[in-house]
Amino acid sequence: MNQPLKQTKLYQWHVDQGARLVPFAGWEMPVQYPTGPLEEHRLTRRSAGLFDIDHMGQIIVTGADAAAYLNQLVTWDICLLAENQAHYALMCYENGGIVDDVFIYKLPGRFMVVVNASNLAKDFQWMHEHLANYQATITDISAETYMMALQGPRAIELLQTLTSANLATMPRFSALEDKLNGIPTIIGRTGYTGEDGVELFFPAEHALTLWQAILDGGASSGIEVKPIGLAARDSLRFEPSFPLYGHEISADITPLEANLGWSCKLEKDFIGQAALLKQKAQGLAKKLIGFEMVEKSVPRQDCPVISTNGQAIGAVVTGLYAPTVDKYCGHAFVPPAYAEIGTKINIVIHDKPKAAIVVKRPFYTPSYRKY
Amino acid sequence: MKLDLNAKYQTSHEWVRPDGDQMVCGISDYAQNSLSDVVFIELPDVGKLLKQGDVFGTIESVKAASDLYMPLSGEIVEVNEAISDALQIINNDPYNKGWLIKFKPTNMVEWDKLLSGKDYKKAVEAEG
Repeated sequence: MNQPLKQTKLYQWHVDQGARLVPFAGWEMPVQYPTGPLEEHRLTRRSAGLFDIDHMGQIIVTGADAAAYLNQLVTWDICLLAENQAHYALMCYENGGIVDDVFIYKLPGRFMVVVNASNLAKDFQWMHEHLANYQATITDISAETYMMALQGPRAIELLQTLTSANLATMPRFSALEDKLNGIPTIIGRTGYTGEDGVELFFPAEHALTLWQAILDGGASSGIEVKPIGLAARDSLRFEPSFPLYGHEISADITPLEANLGWSCKLEKDFIGQAALLKQKAQGLAKKLIGFEMVEKSVPRQDCPVISTNGQAIGAVVTGLYAPTVDKYCGHAFVPPAYAEIGTKINIVIHDKPKAAIVVKRPFYTPSYRKY
Repeated sequence: MKLDLNAKYQTSHEWVRPDGDQMVCGISDYAQNSLSDVVFIELPDVGKLLKQGDVFGTIESVKAASDLYMPLSGEIVEVNEAISDALQIINNDPYNKGWLIKFKPTNMVEWDKLLSGKDYKKAVEAEG
């Protein structure tokens, strides 16, 4: 503990722009800019938001057994990935609890595993422990690789002004490697906001150049774009119901409980498979729900959830004001008996039970995205 | 840090100033800036009698919740209804359109114990 916080190569830029910086996962990160988190959220939904997410980790897997090695570690079936395709997956413990959620890119000659900043050291250690018997090599390239995201309905249009690669024809969850403003970049059509957009990986020394080129590109093409801090990143990921480690997922929560069964191929072998099959057969003790406050109040993480007859049934894992849906809402874990849509529950906020109702997730899907 | 020099302050960051024979109260510019975007507010019922230092409401931003404390004893005569659907007014104009409550003071001796704008600023700066 008490290690000095790490700073991204854009730290001074953030400070100069009047950003508020906070400790996050061992990094000193911008939580908001003078624009404010609500406007940052809305700007990303209506045009484009630029995110410094260099705190996130990237681990490269190579070798003859790279696919087989990764496949035993994660819930998704890596064999289903075509080259230049990416997919969401979970790494589980034997008991089905979650080590981390990851995005796996199958790139020419290698896999790239994108992991959470808070879990990078743990993930690398876990991956290292399971290398035996495989002809595979894992390399943490986080330090020399910069990661940014450009998200929003106009993100692709804006990024297109900086590259000759045809971005419009890129399918969602695909990747390509090309020059962006002259900088060799892995462009993934992925993100954590529910919007269209990209995540970018490139040599770290170009961080400031590319960041500024994207902002300038917006100015010169008349596309509104601004930097977005962690506070808006949280509300942007919440509305489309994307999980955040330490909230919707953790070592004490399984993918099935977190409604992430869609990212698990239970018929293939992986660490945690047996536990998940057993849990599926036996039924869940708790399940992730989305809820909306009926009585206006802001639910927060750890607020108790009680049934309408006063019984303690769970706790809030994420709670906030959701700017796009304009409601106070959250995620909580409750027994399946209380997980039906329309179930009336109470959230205890500042020691007072407040009425809420179980609603369908996600809270928000962009209108241009039909799936 | 913007100040209204006609108002007095307390270290819990509420301002209060005379408004006819009533008092009007809100949160300081420093407070709204520290809180960041306000997303929820709970204000008392009109007619409620409160003592100096009593909690009269709660204000919540994207990340934090704070109680609001009565700067003076009094009876609530009005709450700002205009902000309930436009909470950004509190961030944009904390000393004027972003006022929170009006009350009839019951003990004006308490007024003298409140901080002047200058002293409030000093207290905030000492807090770091």
